[in-house]
Amino acid sequence: MRIDWLLALRFLREGRAQTLFMLGGVVMGVGVIVFLISLITGLQRSIIAKTLGTQAHVVMRPPDDEARRIIKPSSTLAVSANIERRAQRLSSILQWQQVIRLLESRKEVTAVSPLVSGPSFAVRGNATKSVALMGVEPERYTAIVPMSSFMKEGAFRITANDAAIGIDLARDLGASLGDKIRLQTADGRSETITVAGIFDVGIRDLNRRWVFITLRSAQNLLDLVGGVSSIDVAIRDLFAAEVLSGRLAALTGLTAESWMKTNAQLMVGLRSQNASSYLIQFFVIVSVAFGIASVLVVSVIQKSREIGILRAMGCSRQRILRVFLLQGGIVGLAGSLLGCGVGAALVTFFARTAINPDGTQVFPVVLELHMFLLAAGVATITGILAAAAPAVRASKLDPVVAIRNV
Amino acid sequence: MSEHTIHTPILQLTDVRKEYGSDGITTEVLHGISLTMEQGEFTALIGPSGSGKSTLLNIIGLLEQPTGGSLLMQGRETGTMPEEELTRLRGKSIGFVFQFHHLIPAFTALENVMLPLMLEEGRLTPEQRERAVWLLTRVGLADRVDFKPGKLSGGQQQRVAIARALAVNPPLVLADEPTGNLDTAAADGIFKLLYEINRESGTTFLIVTHDPRLAKRCSRVVELVDGRVVS
Repeated sequence: MRIDWLLALRFLREGRAQTLFMLGGVVMGVGVIVFLISLITGLQRSIIAKTLGTQAHVVMRPPDDEARRIIKPSSTLAVSANIERRAQRLSSILQWQQVIRLLESRKEVTAVSPLVSGPSFAVRGNATKSVALMGVEPERYTAIVPMSSFMKEGAFRITANDAAIGIDLARDLGASLGDKIRLQTADGRSETITVAGIFDVGIRDLNRRWVFITLRSAQNLLDLVGGVSSIDVAIRDLFAAEVLSGRLAALTGLTAESWMKTNAQLMVGLRSQNASSYLIQFFVIVSVAFGIASVLVVSVIQKSREIGILRAMGCSRQRILRVFLLQGGIVGLAGSLLGCGVGAALVTFFARTAINPDGTQVFPVVLELHMFLLAAGVATITGILAAAAPAVRASKLDPVVAIRNV
Repeated sequence: MSEHTIHTPILQLTDVRKEYGSDGITTEVLHGISLTMEQGEFTALIGPSGSGKSTLLNIIGLLEQPTGGSLLMQGRETGTMPEEELTRLRGKSIGFVFQFHHLIPAFTALENVMLPLMLEEGRLTPEQRERAVWLLTRVGLADRVDFKPGKLSGGQQQRVAIARALAVNPPLVLADEPTGNLDTAAADGIFKLLYEINRESGTTFLIVTHDPRLAKRCSRVVELVDGRVVS
């Protein structure tokens, strides 16, 4: 064994109470950090998963209709005009099949689905409800939103006759599987569909409004023959959505909106949660470092005689420095391994006790190797840095003074 | 190396001075010490308290630098050496036996003796262990190798310290009142041991002592009074 390690371990073993104090500090610090990261990551993942469960990562739409000026102002001609924004009519994406092929060719994109959506009424007997028509290609759409997993009754089977409606709309209309519903638009077009599936996406508003029909039916009803109103895109890296949406917009000439922009409020929440978590982690690390440093400073004073003897026997300043840095590092590493265990146990226990009314866990426990490696690395480096001041002090001890002051 | 040890004295001090203090108020403790020691000497350094014996020993032991004069260790000028080199030279050439033995309490007798060897080589080897056992056997502690210092008597602790001082087989051993806090019988035993080692291996000894009885048994006596060598 290297003499530096031997000395460091012996010094730690000799000052048992001090070592335990330092270890305790690191264990608690790392435990808290692991608990915090794992809790926040778990909560955020479950929130994002819920949010994105019914949303595309990026939605591509045709550019807005702009009011065009007939007379352009110039240097010689001033134009006084009150320009009103145009009412946006439902318009199609030009050459959408090509756009889809283009999007599919990009490696960041995992799924693309065309959508024809617009307002309509659902009529059954005396009940009339305002709904949102969702004209989709079922295979493509389920790659974006996993509708099959939301089905309560029937299946997500969309054909010329068959449609899927939400559980709340079914209740409002008093419709069950196999019942017929008439869809009618404001300009009088109508079509009759059969309820082949009833879904529950977990959001009441969507359960009440969404009616899934084929792309072609929606095109007919909304007078958008051959066109689509938007393209849903799923991507590999969720958090690249904002950047990627800009790139896709430039590529296609369409407008692109990422889930991060659509859910700006949520993003602000997640970001401030992260910020406060980093702040807490930082101060925990700092206080652990102070703990290690203050214990080691005392230890240097207590061991000054031994340090003096070692120096008299030809031990270099650098070696004394290394021995004390090692002590900090060893405490940091050992404490962080124990702390990871403590943190993991805490968060597992906490997750077990946080149960939804329906018996499922509020959030999944996220314990990832890289998180433990990071905690161990940070704690080890913190230990070494915290030991720096005491170690320098130890290495500067004058052996004559150290030996004389028994 | 062998030429050096034959033709040059192991230690040569010329007009060594040491003053302490700062801000203009200084006290000179050593006023120009000149002293030469040859290989194999067994020398006593005596003198009243405050005569500068400890300071002189620290300077010879390369733990302190003199403020004037020169110190040649085996013919090498030490005044201009950087701190690191002094430390290395100290580890290789000088063994210390202190009055209060100064063993490391967390280490066993064996580990204490191995320590200078480990520091020299940077790691622990089986050969170091062999040598340490041999040395402890030589000082009469074959059955105490795995004892911590706290479990040993004063005389035994001092024997461990002697074994430690001899570990790297240094040409010079400095002993600061090695028998200072031992009873007469134990003191005699320690003194005899040092003398025997000097005879056996030719190690040079410089022993600071208060005890005129012991000093008389040394081959040479250097007396220090008020920072000057008087005999």
